Amino acid sequence: MQVTSSVRDPLVTGGKTYHDVTHDVSRHVEAKPNIRWFLAFLTSAGVLALGSIAVVATVWEGIGMWGLNKTVGWAWDITNFVWWVGIGHAGTLISAVLLLFRQKWRTSINRAAEAMTIFAVICAAMFPVLHMGRPWLGAYWALPLPNTFGSLWVNFNSPLLWDVFAISTYFSVSLVFWYIGLIPDFATIRDRATGLRKVIYGALSFGWDGAAKSWMRYESVSLILAGLATPLVLSVHTIVSFDFATSVIPGWHTTIFPPYFVAGAIFSGFAMVLTLMIVTRKVYKLEDYITIGHIELMNIVIIITGSIVGIAYITEFFIAWYSGVEAEQYAFINRATGPYWWAYWSMMTCNVISPQLFWFKKIRTSIVATFALSIVVNIGMWFERFVIIVTSLHRDYLPSSWAMFYPTWADVGVYLFTFGLFFTLFFLFAKFFPVINMAEVKSVLKSSSEKVNK
Amino acid sequence: MKENKKTYWKGLEQLSNDAEFVKHADKEFAELPTVLNEEGSASRRDFLKVMGFSLAAATLAACEAPVRKAIPYVNKPVDINPSIPNYYASSYSAGGDYASIVVKTREGRPIKIDGNELSPINGGGTSAIMQAAVLSLYDKERLASPMVGGAKSDWKTVDEQVKSKLASAGSIKIVTNTILSPSTERAIQDFATALGTVEVITYDPRSNYGIAKAAEATYGQAMIPDYRFDKAKVIVSFGADFLGTWISPTEYSEGYTANRKVTKEKPEMSRHYQFESNLSLAGANADYRTPIKASQSGLAVLALYNAIAKKAGAPTLSAPAVEIAHLEQAANDLWAAKELGLVVSGSNDPNVQMGINAINDLLGANGSTVDFSNPVYYRKGDDARMNQFITELKGGQVGAAIFYNCNPVYDHPRGAEIAEGIAKAKVSIATNGTLDETASLVQIVAPDHHFLESWNDFNPKKGQYSLAQPTISPLFDTRQAQDSFLTWAGNTTSYYDYLQANWTEAFFPAYGAEAASFQEFWDGALYKGVIGTTAPAVGVPAIADTSASAAEVAKSYKADNAGSELVIYTKIGMGDGTFANNPWLQEMSDPITKATWDNYLTVSQKWANDNGVTMVEEHTKKAQLTVNGKTLVVPILVQPGQANGTFGLAIGYGRTHAGRAGNGVGVNAYNLLDVSKGFVQTDLIAGVEVAVTGDSYKIARTQTHQTFMGRENVIQETTLGEYKKDASAGRYKPEIYKDGEFVKPSKISLWGGHKYSQHHWGLAVDMSSCTGCGACTIACQVENNVAVVGKQEVLNRREMAWIRIDRYYSSDAPADDLAGMEIAAENPEVTFQPMMCQQCNNAPCETVCPVAATTHSSEGLNQMTYNRCIGTRYCANNCPYKVRRFNWFKYHDNKDFAVANMAQNDDLGKMVLNPDVTVRARGVMEKCSMCVQRIQAGKLEAKREMRKVKDGDINVACAQACPGGGLVFGDLNDPESRVSKLLKIEESDAAAKEVGEERAYHVLEEINVSPNVWYFTKIRNKEKNEA
Repeated sequence: MQVTSSVRDPLVTGGKTYHDVTHDVSRHVEAKPNIRWFLAFLTSAGVLALGSIAVVATVWEGIGMWGLNKTVGWAWDITNFVWWVGIGHAGTLISAVLLLFRQKWRTSINRAAEAMTIFAVICAAMFPVLHMGRPWLGAYWALPLPNTFGSLWVNFNSPLLWDVFAISTYFSVSLVFWYIGLIPDFATIRDRATGLRKVIYGALSFGWDGAAKSWMRYESVSLILAGLATPLVLSVHTIVSFDFATSVIPGWHTTIFPPYFVAGAIFSGFAMVLTLMIVTRKVYKLEDYITIGHIELMNIVIIITGSIVGIAYITEFFIAWYSGVEAEQYAFINRATGPYWWAYWSMMTCNVISPQLFWFKKIRTSIVATFALSIVVNIGMWFERFVIIVTSLHRDYLPSSWAMFYPTWADVGVYLFTFGLFFTLFFLFAKFFPVINMAEVKSVLKSSSEKVNK
Repeated sequence: MKENKKTYWKGLEQLSNDAEFVKHADKEFAELPTVLNEEGSASRRDFLKVMGFSLAAATLAACEAPVRKAIPYVNKPVDINPSIPNYYASSYSAGGDYASIVVKTREGRPIKIDGNELSPINGGGTSAIMQAAVLSLYDKERLASPMVGGAKSDWKTVDEQVKSKLASAGSIKIVTNTILSPSTERAIQDFATALGTVEVITYDPRSNYGIAKAAEATYGQAMIPDYRFDKAKVIVSFGADFLGTWISPTEYSEGYTANRKVTKEKPEMSRHYQFESNLSLAGANADYRTPIKASQSGLAVLALYNAIAKKAGAPTLSAPAVEIAHLEQAANDLWAAKELGLVVSGSNDPNVQMGINAINDLLGANGSTVDFSNPVYYRKGDDARMNQFITELKGGQVGAAIFYNCNPVYDHPRGAEIAEGIAKAKVSIATNGTLDETASLVQIVAPDHHFLESWNDFNPKKGQYSLAQPTISPLFDTRQAQDSFLTWAGNTTSYYDYLQANWTEAFFPAYGAEAASFQEFWDGALYKGVIGTTAPAVGVPAIADTSASAAEVAKSYKADNAGSELVIYTKIGMGDGTFANNPWLQEMSDPITKATWDNYLTVSQKWANDNGVTMVEEHTKKAQLTVNGKTLVVPILVQPGQANGTFGLAIGYGRTHAGRAGNGVGVNAYNLLDVSKGFVQTDLIAGVEVAVTGDSYKIARTQTHQTFMGRENVIQETTLGEYKKDASAGRYKPEIYKDGEFVKPSKISLWGGHKYSQHHWGLAVDMSSCTGCGACTIACQVENNVAVVGKQEVLNRREMAWIRIDRYYSSDAPADDLAGMEIAAENPEVTFQPMMCQQCNNAPCETVCPVAATTHSSEGLNQMTYNRCIGTRYCANNCPYKVRRFNWFKYHDNKDFAVANMAQNDDLGKMVLNPDVTVRARGVMEKCSMCVQRIQAGKLEAKREMRKVKDGDINVACAQACPGGGLVFGDLNDPESRVSKLLKIEESDAAAKEVGEERAYHVLEEINVSPNVWYFTKIRNKEKNEA
C-alpha cells in the first residue's frame, strides 16, 4: 500500500466532502444547458459546418483544392495529422503512465484529458483519409481485409500501414479505458437522476452496482488497461515518426525521430490539456479540484518535454554537420535560413524558448501565463511538423524540383473543420459527461490529508 | 428377330409400379419442387419471389444502358486490325520546316509521329513541334467546311464564285510560305497558266532571306547551303540557334551531336563557339559562349574575318575594332581546322551573311561543311518582294489575293497593313485550315486538308524527295488546296493523279531505274517515304568580294551602342506560332527558360538588378517595351546569359484567332520586326526602350531554381582535356566507411536485391549528346497520354510531364556560399539533364506505398498500378528524383480543363489518345513507365514469331524522338544490346549491374537506390571549367 505523507498539500482543496464532489461535478450534467454553453457549442458547430465546405470541396474536386504540388506532396494535411495525434498523447499518459506511477494528482484531470485524447485522435484520423486521392477506396484498401482481388494484400513494409495499426489500436484502447473510467460516474448520475435520464445513464453505466467485487474488477481492469496503454503512449508517435524516419528525404531520414516525436507529443498534449482545463475549471468553478498544484505539475512536465524537444532540434543539426552528408546539411541550413526560416524560428521560439519561462515559479503558477504559453506551445508544435514536412520536401535532392508550398483556403478550411469537430465533441462531453472522475477524486480526498470531511 | 424379353427399369419404384412414381413418371426431374403448391395455386412465397425478380428485372431494364459507340466492322478493312498499329511513311512540312516522318495509326487514327530512319535529312529524329503536330489534326476549331463571306458554304458555290471572280480580278497574287513540294509548284504553275496574270509571292515567318540574298551576291544564285554540322570540327555561330530553331534544327542537331559523342576509343569532339545576345539552345550547348550586343554582331563577323585573313595572308577589311572575348581563340581554332571549320550566322542581313561567306571561303569550308552545290529549300521567302506586295495590296493594286496556307496578317511585320489591304483587293481567298487572323478577313475560305489527310511530295534539298500520304480520311468537309488550284484552273484531275503523273514524268526516269514499273517505283517510294541521292559537295566559286558589304556592315553596326537593343527570337515549342492552338506545345517547358504558356522579355541579370526587378519563383514584374513607336506590355524574365543591354522577345504568341488554347497567350512580337531595309530584321538596335511598370505578373515555369548548387551527385562534368587524361574525370564517387574500409554505396544494402532472369531494361543518357531540345518531352506526352493542365496549374507546380529536362546554370559563388550558389553566373555554363523515373532496383517509392500500388517487375521496372493507387502521395514524397506526378484533379472529361487538356476532353481530341495507355483517373499517382506498353508489344511480337527479343525491337518514346541519340534504351541482360555495350556491363542477372564505362554514373549514387538509368558525364571541349 502506498503511504502518503501527512505534510503533503491536499490534492483537493476547499474542504470538499464526498457529497460535495458528487454535487460539484454532477450538477453540470444535471442542469439545463446555459446560454454560455449554447454559444460555445454553436460556435464550434458553426466552425465545423464552415470547415465542412472545404472537406466537401476537397472530396468532390480533388486534392488539387489544396496547395500541394509535385514537390511538396504533403503539407497541412500530414502536419495537422501529426499535430492532432501528438495532442492525443496527454490523455493516455495521464491516465495510464501516471496511474502506474501512482501519481494521484492525475485523478482530477484524467477524465477530460482522456476525452481530449479521443477527440484529438478522431480529428487526426480525418487526415490520413482525407489526404488520399481516392478516399472512397483508400479508406478500406489500407486495411488488411480479405478481398476478391486475388492475393492482393496491403504492403506491410509501408510505415503508413503501421500508422493504420498504431492509430486504430491507440484509439480503441484509449476509448475503452476512458469508458471504463466513466462507468462508476455514470452510475452516480443514474442514481441521482429520474425519468429518461435515468434510463439513458442507466444504460451507459452498464448496470454498475458499486459492490466491492465490482470495484475490485474496476481496479484490475484499470491496471491492465494502463499496462496496455503505456507502451502505446510511446509506440504511437514512434510509429508516426517512422513515416519520416524510414524515408530517404534529407531532414526526414533521421534516427532521432522516435524519442523526439514522443517528447513533442507529450509536450503538445499537456499544453492542450492545460488550455482546455484552465477554461473548464473557470467555467465550471472546479478550482478546488484542479488546483494551482495541478497546473504547476503539468507545467513542469512541459519544461521537461520542451527541453527534450529543444535538445533534439540541436542534435539534428549536430548530426547533419557530423554526418558529412551534403544534402542533409543543406536541408538543415535551409530550415533555419531558407525561404521558410520564419516557420523554423517560430518553432524554436514557441517550443524551446517560451517554455523555459516556466522555470520561474511565478509564471508556472500563474493561470494567465500558463494559458497563454499553452497556446504558444501548440502553435510551436504545429510549426515543428510543418517545418519537418514542408521544408524538408520543398528542397530535397534535385534543385530542379525545388518549389514553394502556399496553402489555399481549402487547406485552412479542412484544418478548421477538425477544430470544429474537436470542440463540438468537447462541448458535448463537457455538458453530458462528468468532466472529473468523481469516483477516483473521492479516493484521494482521504489519502491526501489526515482526516476526511464526511 | 429374337424377341427381347428384357425389361429395363429406372428404379425399384418403376418395377413395383409405385403409385407415387406413376404419378410423376412423365416428368424428367420428378424430385424438383414445383411452383404450384398442393392446391395448384402459387404460394405466397413463390409469388413474392417471382414478383421480386420481375421488379428487379424491370427496374434494371428501365435503366438507360450506355450507348456504346464502338461498332464492329461489317466488312473489315484489309489493313486495320483492332489493337494492331499501322505505320505509314509520310512527310511533315510547315512554314518551311520539314521532316520525313513515320505516322503510327491505330484503328485508322493517326496517334503518333516519329522520324523516318530512312531519311538522310532528319533520320529518326524529330522536334517537339513535329511530335505535337498530330494533335492539330484533331483540333475541333479547324474549319469544317468552306466559307463564303463569313458564312458556311459548299464547294460547288465556292468553285463557282472563285472562278467567276478570278476571271475578272485582274492581277492575281498567291501568297505562301515556302513551298517544298514540286508537284504543288507545278499545280500552281498550271493555275497561273490558266488564269494569266498570276504571281506567287513567298515569304517566311522566320526569314532566312539574308542568306539567300548573300549567296546571290557572292555566288550568283539565291540559295541556302547545306550546312554540314556532322563534318565540322570547329563551329562558330553568330546568333544562329541551329540546335533550336534555325533553318533545320533537327537535322543539324543530329549532325552536331554525332561529333559530340566522346568515347575512350575516340576521345574527340567538335568545338563550338557561340556569340549571341539571347541565350539560345545552341548557345547553351556551346563550349565557349560570349554574350554580345546585337549591334556588335556584324562587326564581330568582320573581326573574325580579319583575324583569319591575317593568318591566311588575305587582305583584311576595314571595320571598327570591337572587343569580343574568345573571338581570337575561335579564329585560331578555325584556322587550324581549315575546311572542317564552319561559321554560321543567324542574322538576316545579307551584308553580314556575305561576311560569313567570305570566312567560310577563306577556310575552304565552302564545298566541305558549307555545301552550296546541294542547296536546301527550307526557306525560299523573298522579303523584298513580299514588302512590295504589301504596298501594292494597300494601294489597291492587287486584284485577287490568294493566301495559300499562310497567315501574314499575324506573322508578317506588316500584318496590320495586310489586314487593311485585304479589304481593297477585289477577291480574297485563303486555303487556311482554320479561321485564323488572315482567313477571318478574306471573302472565301477554301480550307485545305490537314497534312496527315493529304497527298503531297517534297523536295527539301537538292536531289532529295519524299512523299506524304493520307493516314486518315478527311475529318471535315475540307479539300486539298492543290485540288482547289487545279479545279480553279479548270483541271479536273485529282491531285493524287496529278502527283503520280508528275512523278511518272519527273522522278521515275531519274530514280526508278530499279523498278519494273511506275507502280512498283511509286509503291517503293511511298513505303520508304524518301527517295533521292545527294551529290558530293563541291565548292562554289565566289564571284564578288566582300568589301562593299563589309563597308555597309561597318556603317550599320556599332562597337559601343549605349542604347537598348531587342533581339526577336523563336521558341522551340511555339515556333512561328502556327501551332499556337496546340496545348501540348503551349505547355511545353521551354528548354532554356522553363516557362510555359507565355512569351516574355528576357533581360540580363545585371539589368534586372539595376532596375530593381527580382524574380522569386513565378513572381515577376511587367515592362513597357517601346520599339520605334510601337508599345507592348510584357512580363520580364530574368535570363542569365542575356547580353547586358539587350532584350529578347519570342514570336509565335499573341494570337487572336488561333483558337481557344492559343488566343491571348503572350504578345505578338512580329509587329516589332523591322522591314525598312528590305529584309526582315530581327535584331533591333535602335529605338528600343524598356521601362519597368509597377504591375506584377506570374510566369508559369516548371523549374524555378536555376543552379545545381554545386551538387556533384547530380551533375558530373569535365572537359575534353581532362577526359583524355582520365576517362573518369569529373566523376563523383561517393564512398561509405564500413568495417575498416571505404566501399561503394552499392556494397552496403538492407535489400536482398532482385534477380532478373529474363530481361532487365535500362536506359543510358548521354548528357553530352543531349542538346535539351525537348522533343522527348512531347514524344512522351503523346505516347503516354500525359495530361495538359493549363497555366494556372503549372503555376501551382503541378505539370504532369513524365520526362523533364532539368536545365542547370553554373554559379560563380564559392562552394560554401549556399545563398550565392542560388544565383546563376552572368554568363553561365548550361547543363541539360533529362530526368524521368529512374526505375530504381531499391525503389524508395515501392516500400512506402501502403497498398502495394507501385511494385517491382521481374524485368527491373518500377511499375505503377493505377487501379490500386489510393493516392497517399507518399511515394512521390519519397522519390529522390521527384519524377512522380499526381492527378490533383480529374483532367479528362472535365470542363475546367477542356481548353488546356483538349486531348482528353472533346470527342475529337480524344482520338489522339494512345489506346494502349490508360488515361489516369483523378487521385492516382503516375510516372514514367519506361513505355511498358511498347515493351509488352515488342515481347509479344517476338513471342508470336517464336524468337527472342532483339535489341532495337523495342524503343521508348523519348529515345526514339531524340535527334541526337542522347538516350539509349535496351536490355541490360543482353550483352549484345547497344545499351550494354555502351555501359560496358558485366553480364549477370543481378539487379545492380557492374558498369565498366567510366563516364557512366547514377544520379544520387550515395543513397543506393540503384537506378536502371545511367548518365554519362557532360564533357565540354574547353580548356578549363569556366563560365
